[in-house]
Amino acid sequence: MSDFTNTIQWEKGDDNIVILTLDDPNQGANTMNADYGHSMHAAVEKLQAEKDDIAGVIIRSAKKTFFAGGDLNDLKSVTVDQIEEFAQGLNQINADLRGLETLGKPVVACINGAALGGGLEITLATHYRVAVDSPSVKLGFPEVKLGLLPGGGGVTRSVRMFGIVQALMGLLVQGQELRPDKALEMGLINEVVPTIDDLVPAAKKWIEAQAATGEPTVQPWDVKGYKIPGGTPSNPKLAMNLPAFPSNLRKQIKGANYPAPHHIMAAAVEGAQVDFDSARQIEGRYFVDLATSPVAKNMIEAFFFNLQEVNGLRGRDKDAETYTAKKVAVLGAGMMGAGIAYQCAKNGIEVVLKDVSIEAAERGKGYSQGLVDKAVSRGKMTQEKADELLARITPTDSADAAAGADLVIEAVFEAPEVKKAAWEEIEPVVTPDALLGSNTSTMPITGLAENVQRSEDFIGLHFFSPVDKMPLLEIIKGERTSDDALSKALDLAKQIKKTPIVVNDSRGFFTSRVIGTFINEAIAMLLEGIPAQTIEQASSQAGYPAPALQLSDELNLELMGKIRNATKAAFEAEGQTWVGHPAEQVIDKMLELERSGKLKGAGFYDYEDGKRTHLWAGLHDTFAAGKDVDPFAINLEDLKERMMFAEAIESVKCRDEGVIESTADANIGSIFGIGFPAWTGGVLQYIDNYVDPQNADRRGASGFVERANELAAKYGERFTPPASLVEQAERGGLYSESGTPATA
Amino acid sequence: MATEALLYDAIRTPRGKGKSNGSLHTTKPVDLVVGLMHETLVRNESLDPNGVDDVVLGCVSAVGDQGADIAKTAAIKAGLPDTVAGVVLNRFCASGLEAVNIAAQKVASGWEDLVFAGGVESMSRVPMGSDGGAWAMDPETNYDTYFVPQGVSADLIATIEGFSRDDVDAYAARSQERASTAQAEGRFARSVVPVKDINDQVVLDNDEFIRAGTTAEGLGKLNPSFAAMGDMGGFDAVALQKYHWVEEINHVHTPGNSSGIVDGASLLVLGSEEAGTRHGLTARARIVATAVSGAEPTIMLTGPAPAAKKALAKAGLTADDLDLVEINEAFAAVVLRFVKDMGLDMEKVNVNGGAIAMGHPLGATGGMILGTLVDELHRTGGKYGLATLCVGGGMGIATIVEAI
Repeated sequence: MSDFTNTIQWEKGDDNIVILTLDDPNQGANTMNADYGHSMHAAVEKLQAEKDDIAGVIIRSAKKTFFAGGDLNDLKSVTVDQIEEFAQGLNQINADLRGLETLGKPVVACINGAALGGGLEITLATHYRVAVDSPSVKLGFPEVKLGLLPGGGGVTRSVRMFGIVQALMGLLVQGQELRPDKALEMGLINEVVPTIDDLVPAAKKWIEAQAATGEPTVQPWDVKGYKIPGGTPSNPKLAMNLPAFPSNLRKQIKGANYPAPHHIMAAAVEGAQVDFDSARQIEGRYFVDLATSPVAKNMIEAFFFNLQEVNGLRGRDKDAETYTAKKVAVLGAGMMGAGIAYQCAKNGIEVVLKDVSIEAAERGKGYSQGLVDKAVSRGKMTQEKADELLARITPTDSADAAAGADLVIEAVFEAPEVKKAAWEEIEPVVTPDALLGSNTSTMPITGLAENVQRSEDFIGLHFFSPVDKMPLLEIIKGERTSDDALSKALDLAKQIKKTPIVVNDSRGFFTSRVIGTFINEAIAMLLEGIPAQTIEQASSQAGYPAPALQLSDELNLELMGKIRNATKAAFEAEGQTWVGHPAEQVIDKMLELERSGKLKGAGFYDYEDGKRTHLWAGLHDTFAAGKDVDPFAINLEDLKERMMFAEAIESVKCRDEGVIESTADANIGSIFGIGFPAWTGGVLQYIDNYVDPQNADRRGASGFVERANELAAKYGERFTPPASLVEQAERGGLYSESGTPATA
Repeated sequence: MATEALLYDAIRTPRGKGKSNGSLHTTKPVDLVVGLMHETLVRNESLDPNGVDDVVLGCVSAVGDQGADIAKTAAIKAGLPDTVAGVVLNRFCASGLEAVNIAAQKVASGWEDLVFAGGVESMSRVPMGSDGGAWAMDPETNYDTYFVPQGVSADLIATIEGFSRDDVDAYAARSQERASTAQAEGRFARSVVPVKDINDQVVLDNDEFIRAGTTAEGLGKLNPSFAAMGDMGGFDAVALQKYHWVEEINHVHTPGNSSGIVDGASLLVLGSEEAGTRHGLTARARIVATAVSGAEPTIMLTGPAPAAKKALAKAGLTADDLDLVEINEAFAAVVLRFVKDMGLDMEKVNVNGGAIAMGHPLGATGGMILGTLVDELHRTGGKYGLATLCVGGGMGIATIVEAI
């Protein structure tokens, strides 16, 4: 045989039951790599050959997880010109799983740990699934989150098991991960046993019971006359609702570039109308299309490889003792402080929440109260846990309460004198080695560090609002920040379950600086007579989670105006020329009209009792009087790309200036922190894997540069690609292959 | 043109409410057509059925009772000679008028001489959508082509054009008032043929959907039909992603200002002048021009104007030359938009009401409104008339006739 590694151990007992143990010797987890393909093929051939002497088959895993799914390195690298070979491999994997379920003998899967994606697909090709009742057992199809679909029969089998609607809504489109109890309730698995040792005996018991029937064991869908639950589109009940499936998907993904849920829905519905093998072929075609598409590559790069990197050790010694904060002083009980207090308390840290008055501090704690009340009422938290969490937060107006704190997170008003006073008051109270963090989003860390004695322990800990929902923590190193402080900050991120990125000090750091270019670009469009709603649609259809003008209202123009003025002043102080953005005149005018945003009750939108109603009717006359643009003539792709290019180009500048050192940090920071469209894989992956939607021949960095120059000629110098990017494009370089995470 | 296509007769069934309590629910669609075939031969006793080349019928949901070529089935059941062929076509709501146009084209080409055309739809027995179809039912096609139901499209037209709920209700009240007046004055009497049962008892002899005395105020109380579908069904989002400058859709259409769901059939006789002479028939109109066209499919219902303009250009006429216009009242906003697009005088348009008052039996409607148009041209002494319908997929259809 060829030179592959066997990953499946064969073992046959006196009871004639064959136990196949999944155990890839080259990896910590089993994946659907080429070795698996060969091994499963050999195992199934042997089963078929020796069928008459076999009573049943058990599939189990020797790893901590059952099976991890597709091999993402393989999937990341497969290209369009390899489609034929790739599809052949896929078909072989499926043919073998089909061989397993049509063996005629009972086949049981013993699920000892996570069975996600390809792992779950293997189990669905067995006749009976037994799982151990353990929190580490998770079952589901997370493929959609990586721009893929379950192409190992997962769509075909789940549709046959649960019907189109439940398979789509309960498993495929959202990629839910189910615990054993929920999976049993749904019928995804057949039995739950208390311990791992109970798995094989339970499997054998079922095999013996099957044997006693004297009938060959077959899948329900291989029994003549089997009907898919809920039926096919020819069922009037389903037919009535079916037209609204795609429209609801469009509504949900806002028309952005997410081919995976679209293909999943199509494969499910089309597959339901044909026989099993034809359905599998249809599923396979949609899978191959996704696997070779740029979006899947982007999402695999960002949500698997980049995420692994940013959450990894980043140079910390894995054996060194990790820093675990025990008591935090949160300064300022405003929206950010209140959210940070909650997040810390939720993760077991004792919190002193300090504000200038006890009332303000208590209001800040009230935020946590509101969150736990909601969680309890929805059954997501026990009253006991809620009480514990709240008991950890002590509101106060006195710095003394922070005595013994080994962590400070300052979130007071963004004014130099306020910050200074807060730090001077707190530093002497806390432990001498406490980590000193500031949640500033606008003021350089190096400057703020001058407010403390221990500037080497001073670091930026930039949270995002709402803190309990936004996953990112932007850690900012000041000039004097020590490696030890960074190491502690990274440990803290892990402790409070945030995804960290590390950036160097600069005005606006990475995230605030980059998001500003997006909002400016959107705002500038108003001057061109682009209807405000078109700007909102363009940003939503580009894939931004919040429409641009709506976001601007949330963030507040006053703040943006201030940041710009400060940045401008700093620029001029350094003798540099300030290059204005067309958006500035809009911002100034809006401020003059007292329409700074939601807080003011008036912005690009009107508000009633704090609730957004409609776009302000005066926008067109105020900013584009006489410019009547034919809406049919608007090129929405241009608008979408202007927003994304502005951010990508600003990110390249951040990289050039050393604000951001790693590609993974840039990608993850842009998606998790400032809502850069997830399908792109982040700001730099977007450049690496660019495809011009209006000209598919224009690809990669060189395509990006060409398009950027085109946008520069049409809309302004700000789109001119930086020299480093032009150079990179000429060289054929990739950001994904350069830049390691900033390390401690 | 090699041969002129002349219209010799145009009759129809009354329109019955398209529900189980509608009067025509007990009558099979094939019998609606057979009844009209018999009546055509009775009225035109000199017409030798051996001279009929083909029966062309429009039918949108050609399945079940309406499946398997109902045109030929009806021809056989009506006892027409074996040589009379039959074909069913589907151009959505334009099917009936398309049948007439194809019959006219057959005659004009000189390759056939005498053709029956029209359509049938028993919406109470074969509900809309019974024939499935990729546009709505195939997720890939549906998603990629921005499919939305027509009601949402109609509301989008109203939103973009600024037609208010009052505007569309006022138009609907006018349709009811015109239709009930026309019915009361017997303006449909020439064309409407009673439907009878096997005992020769009358099942229905007049359009039963009309609600005389309907007021705009009364209509104003009805709930919008497509708001929930637009919101929970996600279709507003689909439409707005394409019509990106529109902030939200104003759902103005209700059962009161949209076309009614009804049962009915229409049958027309078209032929060459020579065939007319041979069969002793008197021509009532000349088909001057026909056209189909299309517009953007998501807004879907703006096709009548491009189709009408195309037909007018073929005919060498302008909108001002038209004495009467029949535009199918699929939704009130469709009529208002067409009148605006064409710069028409409302007094020439749907003078005897339309589908809002009388109903829209999909495949049959085109033949019905063409008959109504010709009858009214004769009654008023007009010369040129135009019939048009908005059509699924963004299409539009138009036929121009000259009264003889």
